[in-house]
Amino acid sequence: MKARIKFRKYGALRFIGHLDVMRFFQKLMRRADIPIAFTGGYSPHMIMSFASPLGIGLTSDGEYLDIELTAPVDSREAVERMNAECVEGIEVMSICQIPDEKKMTGMTILAAADYLISVKSGSLPDNWKNAFTDFMAREEIWVVKQTKRSEREVDIRPLVYGWEIQEDKICLRLAAGSTDNLKPDLVMETFCSMCGIPAGTVSFSYHRLEMYADVGKDGSRTLVTLESLGQDMTM
Amino acid sequence: MRKLALRDEILLNIEKPARYIGGEVNSVMKDKEKVDIRFAMCFPDVYEIGMSHLGIQILYDMFNRRDDVWCERVYSPWTDLDKVMREQSIPLFALESQDPVREFDFLGITIQFEMCYTNILQILDLSRIPLHASERSEEYPIVIGGGPCSYNPEPLADFFDIFYIGEGEMVYDELLDVYKEWKGSGRSRKEFLERASEIEGLYVPQFYDAAYNEDGTLLSFTPNNTHAPARVKKQIVMAVTDSPYPMKPVVPFIKATQDRVVLEIQRGCIRGCRFCQAGMIYRPTRERDVEKLKEYARTMLKTTGHEEISLSSLSSSDYSDLKELVMFLINEFKDKGINISLPSLRIDAFSLDVMSRVQDIRKSSLTFAPEAGSQRMRDVINKGLSEEDILDGAGQAFEGGWSKVKLYFMLGLPTETEEDMREIARLSDRVARRYYEIPKEQRNGKCQITASSSFFVPKPFTPFQWSPMFSAEEYARRASIVKDEFQAQLNRKSLKYNWHDAKTTVLEGVMARGDRRVSRVVEEAYRLGCLFDSWTECFRNDLWMQAFENTGVDIDVYNLRQRGADELFPWDFIDIGVSRKFLYREWEKAVNGEVTPNCRMQCSGCGAASFGGGVCYEGKN
Repeated sequence: MKARIKFRKYGALRFIGHLDVMRFFQKLMRRADIPIAFTGGYSPHMIMSFASPLGIGLTSDGEYLDIELTAPVDSREAVERMNAECVEGIEVMSICQIPDEKKMTGMTILAAADYLISVKSGSLPDNWKNAFTDFMAREEIWVVKQTKRSEREVDIRPLVYGWEIQEDKICLRLAAGSTDNLKPDLVMETFCSMCGIPAGTVSFSYHRLEMYADVGKDGSRTLVTLESLGQDMTM
Repeated sequence: MRKLALRDEILLNIEKPARYIGGEVNSVMKDKEKVDIRFAMCFPDVYEIGMSHLGIQILYDMFNRRDDVWCERVYSPWTDLDKVMREQSIPLFALESQDPVREFDFLGITIQFEMCYTNILQILDLSRIPLHASERSEEYPIVIGGGPCSYNPEPLADFFDIFYIGEGEMVYDELLDVYKEWKGSGRSRKEFLERASEIEGLYVPQFYDAAYNEDGTLLSFTPNNTHAPARVKKQIVMAVTDSPYPMKPVVPFIKATQDRVVLEIQRGCIRGCRFCQAGMIYRPTRERDVEKLKEYARTMLKTTGHEEISLSSLSSSDYSDLKELVMFLINEFKDKGINISLPSLRIDAFSLDVMSRVQDIRKSSLTFAPEAGSQRMRDVINKGLSEEDILDGAGQAFEGGWSKVKLYFMLGLPTETEEDMREIARLSDRVARRYYEIPKEQRNGKCQITASSSFFVPKPFTPFQWSPMFSAEEYARRASIVKDEFQAQLNRKSLKYNWHDAKTTVLEGVMARGDRRVSRVVEEAYRLGCLFDSWTECFRNDLWMQAFENTGVDIDVYNLRQRGADELFPWDFIDIGVSRKFLYREWEKAVNGEVTPNCRMQCSGCGAASFGGGVCYEGKN
């Protein structure tokens, strides 16, 4: 059976990269005695996949990984066991059972993510709220997106699904997943360069709030949290 | 929440910021207001190397069992952070509290290899502790060194307040108690050190004077303080089974070199290889009880969540209950996805059977350490391994499905002839020939024999401590003779030969058998910019040579001289239990190519029996 774990990443652990977070969870599964399944062969490894890697420096309230269980667990009790073996900087929020189909893994169904952005150092111009509103009012925002192999021009505006200014912070809902993926720093860099702020004079901290799947039919978008697709397990 | 010593901007712009944030699973947090002693334990290399060291994990656990002590960890900042810390005047900090090392009571540094000496000065410098012990006032931490290199501490004598000679489990408690009594008493640093020097096994360098002959050799070495003993006795744990062992070792976030549970099965080695310092200084061999080790394995796998467990010791095959322990590990953990790694096993039917169960034969390689190519040379070094052993072992392995073999050799051994050098290539070829004796349809393509050689460095407290070394050019010439001989072999296409750079060998030689005058060179090299000398990408031989020139210290005096039978050595004031008389007897036997049986076959009267236990008393209770 498959299960989905939701966790927070905060504090000093924002400096731990994705591969090391994976290693952390592999060891956590053993310490907390979670009955996780292994692949076969000479070097068996745990069946575990993360919905979306979180970059170094980012914190999050909504990270997800899916695992395969060999035996059912009690959700509440398993969360307690995992947290007892965690360190400051990672907290398990929930574990729930998810459908067994392959196409339902977090990585496959991920469609969007929310980010909370605040200024870490430097400062934005006084009228930044208006400027950001104007920025978001544009119909198209063309940027050069660099990938490992090439660079191409893309319009990122359609990938911003929602935005909101919350006092001195910006909340963005951005496309995420394997087809369209927009990182919040690309939005902010583009905003800054359009405001004429020299690169590197303002830096932001990025906090991921939640990740969503799209359950909408006929091309309309209906986002639900990855957690809501699972069911609590009781024993 | 813990506050980090480094700002985000710094951490986001250096390699592997996780090296510097602490907070790992099983790391120990305490309230600094509620402890009497703060101990910073340092391995002077980068985090991933330092975190792999068992000794520090043992001491970290042992210190933190005391309510009045908080022991934290310190590692060398990599060159990228080193630069930032200097530019922005950020003091070196300990990982747990992120507090400056300067605020601690002790800075303990483990000294595992010679090429870390400049890193020790970096640690002191970045901590803003005066490099010279003589310049430290009461407000600075007590700087104490330990580990294998402290068996000749003299090249570092100026930089340390105390050296701890031997295994840490023994007299630290006593030292910490003495410190507690002294702290706040208003008495001087010197008074504390005097009291410390009275504890067996502790060496306070500033209480001794060295005088030299005109030819550069040591004339005398005597205490200048009535508290300091003339000889310092090595401390070792005799009841190894009952000594503290960390049940909850720290688990790094980033992958350390040793990313696994480590079970130390025994200390010491019965073999008596004449080049090996560990084989002498850790005498007598002491085994841990197998039942206790099984319990440790279970507990530590659970508390760390590691997916691998490894045995640690010299010559593990000599551990009496090896079969029982290994079978236990396989039966108990193999099905739970735990890898079992077995280093330093002699290749025989048992080890091949075990290895075929724990690893993929096609991918893994077998390792032999013949150390020398010819039987004559192996007799000189007392490596009790015959060519028959090697070819039989390799043959069994090849028939079992292995096709990759690694062979380790040393070059530049005492009495080595050109014939001995060439035998390295020829022996490797004979191993390959053994492979091709297997019918073509039964073997798995070509074999891969990888031979590596390092250059031999004579170490204190070994029979070879009297032996001369060679120049860097001569080492290079020897390696090229071996290389040419490899080219002349029948199976040269199945053979590969690697050799180490000779430049660090020369420096290691000076550090290993150096005296107090060598500390000037270390300091000058550091001032010129040497750091992380064991890292090829950082090593600057030109700066080291400059340092020798600037200080007027002559490499040849330390390396190229044949030392006399009665020469006073800088490390002679240390008593390791093994007598100098025994070592000299072994040196003479070496030159004549005579072998000495191992401790279990026959006692050779080395002197280690004076510790009253271990292999010396096996079967005598």
